[in-house]
Amino acid sequence: MLSCKDVTKLVSESMDRSLPFGKRIGVRLHLLMCKFCARYERQLLLIRETVRRLAVSVEAPGEPSGETVSVEAKERIRNAMKNP
Amino acid sequence: MANPANLDPSVWVDRYGDYLFRYAMLRLRDRPAAEDMVQETFLAALKDRGTFSGDSSEATWLVGILKHKIADHYRRQAREAPLEGGDLREHPDAGHFDGVGHWTTGPAEWGGNPADLYRQGEFLDQFRKCLSGLSPNHANAFTLREMEGLGTAEICKVLGVSETNLWVILHRARALLRRCLETRWFGTAAGKGS
Repeated sequence: MLSCKDVTKLVSESMDRSLPFGKRIGVRLHLLMCKFCARYERQLLLIRETVRRLAVSVEAPGEPSGETVSVEAKERIRNAMKNP
Repeated sequence: MANPANLDPSVWVDRYGDYLFRYAMLRLRDRPAAEDMVQETFLAALKDRGTFSGDSSEATWLVGILKHKIADHYRRQAREAPLEGGDLREHPDAGHFDGVGHWTTGPAEWGGNPADLYRQGEFLDQFRKCLSGLSPNHANAFTLREMEGLGTAEICKVLGVSETNLWVILHRARALLRRCLETRWFGTAAGKGS
């Protein structure tokens, strides 16, 4: 019988590879019965989804509200490019 | 189709500087390092501008160079501070399990509209703080896997770890981040019992 502690590890591992059949079934059965582990899995998947969307939205060219290179660093970069 | 002669490096800093910087900041979590990477990218682009084929946009080409610079940075960090076996043994949520590994305080319900999180400016700040709290190797592995969607074999090469260790690193990174976000962002009382 898998413990919650085991299942949190396996839920993460299942996001990186396809688990062997026995483990996969064990995890699925546990998740059906344990609301905390089911919630844990939902939250890891939500974090994954959010991080991907975050990357897309932060990097949209012309995104006006993001952080910018400091004035000094821009000057330094321009100078470095003049004398590479 | 553009040709190399159409590249105009004199406008790069103004046109792409902030864009590349944001890209680097999200992955390096460190302003001076991100600014250095932007500079290195422009210098490498200047040197190799003959290789710009015009098949992609100037921005895409520059980001491609930046990606390589970031991977080099990760490699350097992994070499300078390799993970010890002991770093990987403890479960980040250890204090929340009983003796047989069942939750004593389970994950809290995350209220609000979690699907919308990525649009909320303060969430980005908290996420970044949480990610910065991880060791560089944990944060870098997480970034390559979850942000870039790279396969585990490729990540192993960059970080110089075995696949088995990478699974543990990713498990730990996800658990630490989940816990940190729950505390910093959701801040709700955890469910009791099981």
